[in-house]
Amino acid sequence: MADLILELKDVHVSVGETEIIRGLDLTIERGTVHALMGPNGSGKSSLSLALMGHPKYRITSGDVRFEGKSILDMSPDERSLAGMFLCFQYPSAVPGVSVANFMRNTLMARQKGAAPLTPAKFKSLLDDATKRLKMDPAVLARYVNDGFSGGEKKRLEMMQMLVLKPKLAILDETDSGLDIDALKIIASGIEAHRSPEHSILLITHYQRILNYVKPDVVHVLVKGKIVKEGGFELAEQLESGGYDPFIKDLVEA
Amino acid sequence: MAVKQTELVDKDYKYGFRDETANYAFKARKGIDHDIVEQISVMKGEPQWMRDFRHKSLDIFLAKPMPPWANLDLLGQIQFDDIYYYMRASDVEGKTWEEVPEEIKRTFDRLGVPEAERKFLGGVTAQYDSEVVYHSIRKDLEEQGVFFSDMDTGLREHEDIVREHFSTVIPPADNKFSALNSAVWSGGSFIWVPPGVHVTVPLQAYFRINAESMGQFERTLIIAEPGSFVHYIEGCTAPTYSSNSLHSAVVELIAKEGAHIRYTTIQNWYKNIYNLVTKRAIAHKNAHVEWVDGNIGSKLTMKYPSVYMVGEGAKGEVLSIAYAANGQHQDAGSKMVHAAPNTTSIITSKSVSKGGGRTTYRGLVKVYEGCEGVKSNVRCDALLMDPESRSDTYPTMEIDAKDVRIEHEATVSKVGEEQLFYVMSRGLSEVEATTMIVNGFFEPFVKELPMEYAVELNRLIALEMEGSVG
Repeated sequence: MADLILELKDVHVSVGETEIIRGLDLTIERGTVHALMGPNGSGKSSLSLALMGHPKYRITSGDVRFEGKSILDMSPDERSLAGMFLCFQYPSAVPGVSVANFMRNTLMARQKGAAPLTPAKFKSLLDDATKRLKMDPAVLARYVNDGFSGGEKKRLEMMQMLVLKPKLAILDETDSGLDIDALKIIASGIEAHRSPEHSILLITHYQRILNYVKPDVVHVLVKGKIVKEGGFELAEQLESGGYDPFIKDLVEA
Repeated sequence: MAVKQTELVDKDYKYGFRDETANYAFKARKGIDHDIVEQISVMKGEPQWMRDFRHKSLDIFLAKPMPPWANLDLLGQIQFDDIYYYMRASDVEGKTWEEVPEEIKRTFDRLGVPEAERKFLGGVTAQYDSEVVYHSIRKDLEEQGVFFSDMDTGLREHEDIVREHFSTVIPPADNKFSALNSAVWSGGSFIWVPPGVHVTVPLQAYFRINAESMGQFERTLIIAEPGSFVHYIEGCTAPTYSSNSLHSAVVELIAKEGAHIRYTTIQNWYKNIYNLVTKRAIAHKNAHVEWVDGNIGSKLTMKYPSVYMVGEGAKGEVLSIAYAANGQHQDAGSKMVHAAPNTTSIITSKSVSKGGGRTTYRGLVKVYEGCEGVKSNVRCDALLMDPESRSDTYPTMEIDAKDVRIEHEATVSKVGEEQLFYVMSRGLSEVEATTMIVNGFFEPFVKELPMEYAVELNRLIALEMEGSVG
């Protein structure tokens, strides 16, 4: 039997009165990288926020299972501690809280009952992640996302993923708005995290990043539904033909 | 313990905080009139000029109305006839630990405040054991020629200095509560720093063994002679219990040419207390005065630390935080008066309201005519934790000079759903996430505090968040 990290069964998501995701099925095996591609307004970000438990993005029917267990009744922090992680497209600032302090708190939340993290171990965890992402070490003393540029925010999200090592990372358009050098750095971060224990759901509008991070499975999301699944060749097909053929199919169906 | 009891009661104990009147069996009746004021002054064996000053101040208090702009719903509840205006220290000490509310005892436990200290803070002072620490500080000060004592002792031992400066910064007629304090004051601190002396350790009222250091009507006077420096710390982060419901202090600071005074307050009175305080500093040429002011407790606090810059190049700063939970109103702010050219002021005010709590910022920046080259920067940030809470900002600017640079910025923000979700999505519970956000908001204040205060304040905010989330 396949070792599933995430299963979505007929998931519907609403924001207010508007249904955004309309009956979505998706399964992710442990250790695989899935790309979820779709045009603007297809519901990509809504799905990622709903999976992490954002109170405004309500899962109105269907089920979401993480390691075989339904997470619908779990709060965002419980989902995080269970091993889920969201790389935000638009992360919030936390003024007055340094990156180092923030990371210490997130790690401590995972240490409950276990042996405390030594300062040396903590430092090396952060140093490794910042080095890999070519970040200025001074970032650790800055306040979380406060006055960060778009690119700096993306790297900080990526850095948190590398430090927290989640079983499932959902990357919500982490590639958007980056120049090619920054994109390569982000891609190398994703590749560094990729392992038989770590699964990744890479949500993107563009095929571009998939040149550096080759997904095992590609899904196409249009208007709240998965309209096509396949291998890497599907991404290449999108690159040349765009989303229009899929949108047309949906309209005709 | 290194200090012997005999040393502490020795007559030559120069900086002792012993109350000479402690042997009198005296407790004034409730209410206030000239008889009571006369009794207080006689009990203390004060000189005639102070006795006259008290009587004159009482007349002013009785004649003055409440400030019309204040929260009169709360102020109107004060029953002036139902208050003891003077109690001998032993009456206060007589209170037992058992009388201290459970809620406060639990908070002491969770803050990790040591047994002796918590008894002191609870008003049970006799056993307080910090003489050892205090003794060593006292010796250093003595060698530097610094006077540091309670105000009553200061008046007895340094009458000339006191008479020259007392009430020159805050006259009794300033407001109703400064008049009340002037009539019935007792305790508080007296500090005189000789020219050029830098006091390296912060002086703390709470090293004292005399209950009156945290009395009802404290009167503090700090004089920094030219080129000197002193940092004074008042209060503490642990909750301060008092059976007295009205506290009205007057604090006067005088920074002479090139002197630097920093005055740090952490106010965490129990939530039954009216804390109506007048704090003002005079900054002479090139002097620098900083008020670092934290308000966590009390029912109603009204406090607007001020700096009157009367000499060219003087600088005034206020960094304040306020936290108001259900039933509390923190009405705080600052006044910066530029009465000389090329003077600079900075006001940074941060407030958090939660569970229906209310915060108010009231500020004044005044620049007199002819005071060119003045710079002033005012920044007020309010954080609302829920829709029931309230925050108001009343900034006033009176600028009568040209060539000045005045900046004012005010923000009101809410702990956003997005921000809370972001932090929780990293594995922090709602309480942990809220605590982190609020501590972050207060960070510019906290980093100005001595380490032990900063740690306690962070823990205190965590407790407040626990008590009110979910």
